[in-house]
Amino acid sequence: MWRLRQGRLRPSVCGMEELRRRQREREAALRKARREQQLVSKRLLRDDSQEEAGGGCVAEILGEAEVQQFLQLAQRGTEEKEREKALVSLRRGLQHPETQQTFIRLEGSMRTLVGLLTSNQALLQLEAARCLHELSHSEQSAVAEACLPATSYLLTYLSGHSSDFIELCLYTLGNLIVESEAVRRQLLPQGIVPALAACILSPHVAVLEALGYALSQLLQAKEAPEKIIPSILGSTLPQHMLRLLQPGPKLNLGVAVEFAWCLHYITCSQVNNALLITHGVLSTLGLLLLDLAGAVQRTEDAGLELLACPVLRCLSNLLTEPAEEAVGGPLQLGDERIVAALFILLQFFLQKQPGLLPEGLWFLNNLTADSPSFCTSLLSLDLIEPLLQLLPVSNVVSVMVLTVLCNIAEKGPAYCQRMWPGHLLPSLLNTLAFSDTEVVGQSLELLQLLFLYQPEVVGSWPWSPIHPALKPPVSLWPSFPFSPNYSCFSRPG
Amino acid sequence: MQLPPALRARLAGGPGAAEPLPVERDLAARAAPFRFAARRVRLPREHELFEDGDVQRHLYLQDVLTQVAEAPERPRRAFPSGHLLDAHILEWHDSLFQILSERQDMYQCLVEGCAHKFRTSEDRRDHMVRLHLYPADFRFDKPKKNRGPALPGPGAGEQLDGDAMEVSCEPGTPSAAPAGGQQACSRRIPSTICFGQGASRGFKSTKKRNKQH
Repeated sequence: MWRLRQGRLRPSVCGMEELRRRQREREAALRKARREQQLVSKRLLRDDSQEEAGGGCVAEILGEAEVQQFLQLAQRGTEEKEREKALVSLRRGLQHPETQQTFIRLEGSMRTLVGLLTSNQALLQLEAARCLHELSHSEQSAVAEACLPATSYLLTYLSGHSSDFIELCLYTLGNLIVESEAVRRQLLPQGIVPALAACILSPHVAVLEALGYALSQLLQAKEAPEKIIPSILGSTLPQHMLRLLQPGPKLNLGVAVEFAWCLHYITCSQVNNALLITHGVLSTLGLLLLDLAGAVQRTEDAGLELLACPVLRCLSNLLTEPAEEAVGGPLQLGDERIVAALFILLQFFLQKQPGLLPEGLWFLNNLTADSPSFCTSLLSLDLIEPLLQLLPVSNVVSVMVLTVLCNIAEKGPAYCQRMWPGHLLPSLLNTLAFSDTEVVGQSLELLQLLFLYQPEVVGSWPWSPIHPALKPPVSLWPSFPFSPNYSCFSRPG
Repeated sequence: MQLPPALRARLAGGPGAAEPLPVERDLAARAAPFRFAARRVRLPREHELFEDGDVQRHLYLQDVLTQVAEAPERPRRAFPSGHLLDAHILEWHDSLFQILSERQDMYQCLVEGCAHKFRTSEDRRDHMVRLHLYPADFRFDKPKKNRGPALPGPGAGEQLDGDAMEVSCEPGTPSAAPAGGQQACSRRIPSTICFGQGASRGFKSTKKRNKQH
């Protein structure tokens, strides 16, 4: 159930160090792209077996004459095998951006391709669809827009009979959607939402994963909150998404990942989260979180964080909805197993993906902020020490850990008493010496609460001589950059 | 990060919330310059806290090279969708449809989920082009051309290029179903339309059919 469908990556001749360096550079570039809101993700399906059978030769760029020739042969050839081969050659050429440009500039090329896509010969249809898929992968929105004549047919085929073909159409649509607003503007009146709502009933896992991908691309559009999400919420899609996220033997990780991301894009848009709550989203995702925590203990498989991340994001944002408190269900979000699950996941993140720790701690903040019950759970389950162990990870993590500790301490003496003694004091002494003013500020807030509610702390404090750690914060006292709401969630300098 | 051993047992245990300790706040806690207030935080999609997770999601999508399975056995149906098939059978082969369409709007929009109906297929086409932005030459909506009482011979009439949606029963029984546009022959439901389970339907190109005559 928890196995991710692994693709076959081409073996690299580089050493591990080189690979890591490239990976770091790549991630830095991606972070930059994300900050500039330029991060565009696409999925490319390529038939590796066919390419290997072809001798592994690298596809060449095709010139205008060649593109024209292949198109004519595909359209008018007498032998079906010949026609198919022509399309395969065209498809290989279309792996190159130059060939893509040549193709879209050639008059009648898309009309011919669409004609082949809608012919009654399955193998030609499939190859034509593969050509479109290559085009959909282009980073030029002009190429995506050149595919506009094909979209109504791609949608029509979603209710067809070949699951492989449907899968291909869905990935193609997903790629086109993310690339061009013109495509999205056309697809909505063409009925993409009802088409997806019908397609989500498919029993085929590959189709569902592809559908989730296409839907996630649609939901990420900048105009989604106004123009797309309302009709998604008005359809049967939300119930089916939640069905596909139910933990149990039928859960498929690849499918769940896609729909979890879909839900994340919907929930953070805040169009109508109350509706999702009435559909039982809290219960479903809460139970899924418990299941994930169980799974990370049992398996070394990569990929579980890909699902944990969007699930945590959804739950955390949904906790800020007023409707949340009113709803019961199989998993009340007062259930302290959620806290146990979260800490198991935090430990997992620390090992596999430390960059996800802030997200996990954000969820912990939202759980504990207004909940005496969850604060008590942290104390009774002895989770203060593990929390303190996260302090050295980074400034951001430190601030968030300290914020959670403040959430507990601010509830009064009964809570402070249980936080004390342990490693809290030495940890605070450390954090007060941090150079980051937010860390220091949050440490002082916590210290103040402890002094107020647990006077014995004052006696334990190393007052004399004045501890060197206290000197810098004292001098900074008047000028703390206290912003009331989100300071704990900003990046350190 | 060391977790207490009892934690895993708690996860595996039954649901339950902790009985909360008594809450007792002192107003002095928020005396200046201290301003801490516990609050839930909502984060929008582009928040920088999500940066790492988003980058991982991107890498996952971009790096997974998925193998496309071999094309399955050639499907017998060239028809694109169940929805269109139903609309087609109704419009082309149902004699009751013909009678009713003379009196009321019977041509349903071909877009799944759209309930509009029209008097003629031309009106329907206009609607689909205007409202649903379908191409004007959408191939799965060829209007019926009334060819009058004469039966078509081979090569006569328009080449429909496989668009004529003929339905016949497997295996290969020669179909008496008329090629599209035969007003005279559509007064009864052709005996070769198969209903119910177990009957499979296949499509034969009109080109081939015409060659057989």
